[in-house]
Parts: sequence; structure tokens; C-alpha cells
Amino acid sequence: MKFERCARGAIVAVAGALLLSSCAVNERDLGDGSGSDLSGTIVGSGSSAQQAAQEVWVAGFQSDNPDVTVEYDPAGSGAGRDTFTAGGSGFAGTDRAFDDEEVAADEFASCVPGRGIIELPTFISPIAVIFNLDGIESLNLDAATIAGIFKGTITQWDDEAIAAQNERTDLPSTPITAVHRADDSGTTENFTDYLHAAAPQIWDAEPGGEWPYEGGEAAPQTSGVVDAVRNGTGTVGYADASRAGDLGVVSVKVGGEYVPYSSEAAAAIVDVSPFVEGRTKGDLAIEIDRASAEAGVYPIVLISYLVGCQEYRSTEQAELAKAYFGYVISDEAQAAAEEAAGIAPISLTLYERAAVAVESIR
Amino acid sequence: MSSSAASTARPVRAKQRPGDRVFSGGALAAGSLILAVLAAVAAFLVLQSIPAFTTPADEVAILAGETFWTYVWPLVFGTLWSAALALLMAVPLAIGIALFISHYAPRRLAQGLGYIIDLLAAVPSIVFGLWGGNVLAPAVQPFYTWATENFGWIPFFAGPASGTGRTILTASIVLAVMVLPIITALTREVFLQTPVLHEEAALALGSTRWEMIRMTVLPFGRPGIISASMLGLGRALGETIAVATVLSSTGAVTFALFTSDNPSTIAANIALSFPEAYGVNVDVLIATGLILFAITLVVNSIARYIVSRRSAFSGAN
Repeated sequence: MKFERCARGAIVAVAGALLLSSCAVNERDLGDGSGSDLSGTIVGSGSSAQQAAQEVWVAGFQSDNPDVTVEYDPAGSGAGRDTFTAGGSGFAGTDRAFDDEEVAADEFASCVPGRGIIELPTFISPIAVIFNLDGIESLNLDAATIAGIFKGTITQWDDEAIAAQNERTDLPSTPITAVHRADDSGTTENFTDYLHAAAPQIWDAEPGGEWPYEGGEAAPQTSGVVDAVRNGTGTVGYADASRAGDLGVVSVKVGGEYVPYSSEAAAAIVDVSPFVEGRTKGDLAIEIDRASAEAGVYPIVLISYLVGCQEYRSTEQAELAKAYFGYVISDEAQAAAEEAAGIAPISLTLYERAAVAVESIR
Repeated sequence: MSSSAASTARPVRAKQRPGDRVFSGGALAAGSLILAVLAAVAAFLVLQSIPAFTTPADEVAILAGETFWTYVWPLVFGTLWSAALALLMAVPLAIGIALFISHYAPRRLAQGLGYIIDLLAAVPSIVFGLWGGNVLAPAVQPFYTWATENFGWIPFFAGPASGTGRTILTASIVLAVMVLPIITALTREVFLQTPVLHEEAALALGSTRWEMIRMTVLPFGRPGIISASMLGLGRALGETIAVATVLSSTGAVTFALFTSDNPSTIAANIALSFPEAYGVNVDVLIATGLILFAITLVVNSIARYIVSRRSAFSGAN
């Protein structure tokens, strides 16, 4: 850990010295913004999941750079991508990366054509499978069982599929009420993506932000799901792990062992996952390997991206985006967002790639 | 003679004072303003929803390949079904409360009770929603389980019961509580207007208090009860955030009251889908709003028709 921090600092220092860019230098100023000569306004919009983290980042960045205004509008991922494509914002926050077609179309109004975009997975957040059963704090489940529970094919808590994986737990015969999101959400998209990838025989629906099956219980927003699970009996749901509180949590089977959610395990799945092929060097879109059998990884994570241009039409926007992105990937910003929003800070490996990408912004 | 001939030829016109003109002008402006606002809302709904009808359905993400009408039908059903259930519970209760306040309770108690009922109308709907989801639903859930286990053969009570109690019946109970003060306050006022002579005549003929109410108060108040119910229905149809918070909506079209599978309502669906909607999806949601607008208009016209048809026999004349 200590070595990691030093290494990160060293990279930051080198990068800063090389490019005389104020971002990297400021980052080490620790809040004393006197050295900053940046000024201007950059607007971003997109993912509402990122809102809490973006607020912390904006506050931290603006106290380092008092003349800079960063505005983030949590309008939703779809709206954020549209606004960015239309040139209405300087950067976007989105729960999924731009897909191959969108990147190939290359119709980003603020960017110089032909240079592509920068996509940074700066917001990695584990999604916990939470449940409410008297006296049971954790359960071991594999992907097929979780898919069965949420699809409605497993209806009792003492079902053989559950009992076989939890021999030491005394399971009640309560019926299962599976709670899902009533609204369109990135959490649902990532959760169903996991189920579809890890248990495709059972979860035959394409992953998406809207719940694909009829049946089950629906509740609005993360708090609605958490409240419904907490107030019900025999309920199970999925929510941002930072909101799990005192509810029972499922350890998910990966390879041969059951892994509970944790920041480290969530960041680890990103490291073992490949980048999307055929993208530019700065485009760090990740193809999460949900079915990974690697030890110690937690596959149900939400990755939200920070998206900007590889080359901006406006030099001012380029400098601001570069500085802001540089701050967001820093140790300090990631730790602050971990505290505020429960994200898993990006690993050193990913940081190195991201730092190179940020430095390449023109 | 000539003067009298002139006066019959020309009708007498009232003298117009400035105060009269200002007042009638003000009243006219107020009356037209509400029409203008309504027209503006209607125009907004119509203009914004045009793309929803002209864009091919497979280009709109929110429709998921279906047509607009298959998308909106479960919502229309849920809206009408939940509002009807709410009125079914609220109207008899409201009439009872109003009668108690107007004809049974001692005057001091009646006043206090009236205040408390009015207070219910001032509670924000999100508070009702949170109460419904976090207090009422867990409280009634055991009853739902019991009912599905013992009376599951009745289609309304078909299982499996929801584990959280956040069903259409719970949402309707919350709606009933929310429309109760409106209906109660209006019917109470109407009942108080019953001509005292009618009431005394009924009593003088030897009726009990209940017979007096049945013969004079209820017939006199019937148009008022209907108008009050329609106002309540309007609120129940359009209620958004309380339903969105309480109801577990999965889009199923079903009359079952106790399951997790419930139709959503138009208003709640807009509230839930709007934050992540973009492009034509927004227009589709607004188009569903237009449908709700039309439904409310139709329901209100029917109510008006009933009131005007019944007023001749109301006993008020």
C-alpha cells in the first residue's frame, strides 16, 4: 500500500514536470490553490450514480483551482451522452462506455474529428445483493441461483439450490420476494449484465437499464429498494454496496470460492478484465469479465466513465478537462469519493493507464 | 304621454358605475385566465407528444419494440383501477365522517374533528408515500399473506402475497387517505346546507334521526357527494409521488390485490422514468400525460352529466 502511494506520487510528479501542466502539480498542493493559473468553466452532465462522487471531486478541484468552475448536471447517463455528443458539455459521466458504433460514427461536436474520445473508468462501485432474513447475516450463492431467485424460478428460501450452498445455515421456508428497481437505472444494467454473462442459461434476457422480466417486486431508486428489503419479510434486492447497512449480504461464487463484496475485490475485477478492442489508446472502455474465475474478484460492479475528447476544438476546454480528469484519477480524489460515495478506488495498474490517457488530451 | 312611449321603446339600462366595470372586468379576467392556463397545458401536451406518435416504435428505447398503445394500456388500467379502489374506500367513509360532523357529533367535537380532517389535506404527498411504504405496507403484509392462503380462490385475492405489502391495495389505501379530506370537507358543507324545514318536517312525521337523514339530507346532498367524489377522483388519478413510492409496479394487467405484480399508474410511471429519459422517450412520457389529461376530462364530463341529470330530483327544490 505504502509503495503504491509513493509510486503514484512519483508518476504524478514526473507527469507534471514533463508537461508543465498545472493539474498534476496542483494535485500535490493539497488544497493550497495559490499556484494555479487555470481559469474558466467546464460543464459536464450525465450519470446520476456519479452525483455524490462528482460533488466531492468538484469541491476538491475548485478549492485547488479557485478560478475554475466545474458544473456537473446529474441528468442521467443517456442524457449525458447525448449532450456531450451534441457539444453541449465538455465532458460526460456515463454508466456505460460509448459503443463501437457511436465511436466509429465520430460525431462528437466538441472534439476534433478523427481523434476519438477519452473514456476513463473513474467510478467503480460494487453492487451488493442484500436480503432480509431473521438471524442470517450472509449467504453463499452462485450466479445461477441468484438469477433463479430474481427471475422467480426459485421461490422459497429453503430451496435445494440455496440450501446446498449454505449447509451450516438454518434456512426458513419463507417465500422469496425479489425486489428490483422500478426506474431505469445503471445499477440494473450492470446487475443484469452480470447475470446474463455468468448464468446465460437461466438469465436469457439481454442486459439493460429496465428490468426485463415480469414479476418480482419493484421499488423506485436505490433507497426504495433498500427500504423495501428492510421492511419486508424474506426479501432480497440489489443496491449500491455503500447502502447495504445492516442487511444480510450475499457472497458471490467466483471460481471455487464465495467472495463478499469489498472495494479491493471490486477494483480487482476491473484489473482482470480486458479493455474493449479496437479503441484508441486513451479510450479505456472495459469489457468487464463478469464470468471471471480469478481468485478474490467481485464481479457485480458498476463502472461509470468520465468521457472527454482526445483533442478538443477549444484549447481552454482541453486544459480544463485535462486538469479535472487528472484530479479525479488522483489518490486524493478517489479516496474522497470512497468516503463520500462508497466507490472502490482504481488500482495502481489502472491509474497508470489513465494517467497516460489524461496526459494525451489536447 | 310621449315620455312613456319612449320608455317602452327603449329598454331601461342599469347605470354603470366604475366599480361595477372593474369588478365585472376582473371576474372575466379571472375566468378567462384559468381557461388560458388549461389551454396552454393542453397545447404543451399535444405539441410535445406529436413526435411520440410519428416516430417509428422501434426507434424509441422506452417502448422496447412495442407500440405506444400497448405501452400505455397497462398504465391506463392501473390508473383507473387504483383510483376506483381508492374511491370505493374513501367515499362511504367520507360520507360517514361528514354526517357525523354535521348531524351527530356535539358541536365542539364536530369543530375539532373538522380541523383535523382539513389538516390531513395539508400533509405533503411524499410523506403519505413514505408512510405507506414504510409503515402501512409492513403492517398489512401479514393480513395479505393470510388472505391469499385462505381465500386465494377468489381472483382478487390470488397469491402469492407480496413479501413487502407494497401492492395496489396498499397504494389505494394511501390514495383513499389522501382524497378523504377533500370529499369529507365538501360533503360536510353540502349536508349543512340541507333546508332545516325539510329536516324538521321529517322529524315531525316521527322519523328517527337516521330516517330523517335518509329522507332529506342524502337526497339533497347527492349532487354534492358526486361532485366531491369527482374532485377526489381527480386527485387520485393524478397522484404521482405517493404511488411511485408505495407501489411495486411491474406493468402486469391484473385484478389481484395482494401480489408483487401490479400495473403502474400514468403519473407514477412518468415520475419514475423521466429522470433517465432523453430524446423521443421524453415525448412518449409526455404523450402518456396527454392520455391522462384526456381521461380526467372524460371522467369529469361524465360526472357533470350525472350531476345535471340528477339535480332535478335532488329534493333541493
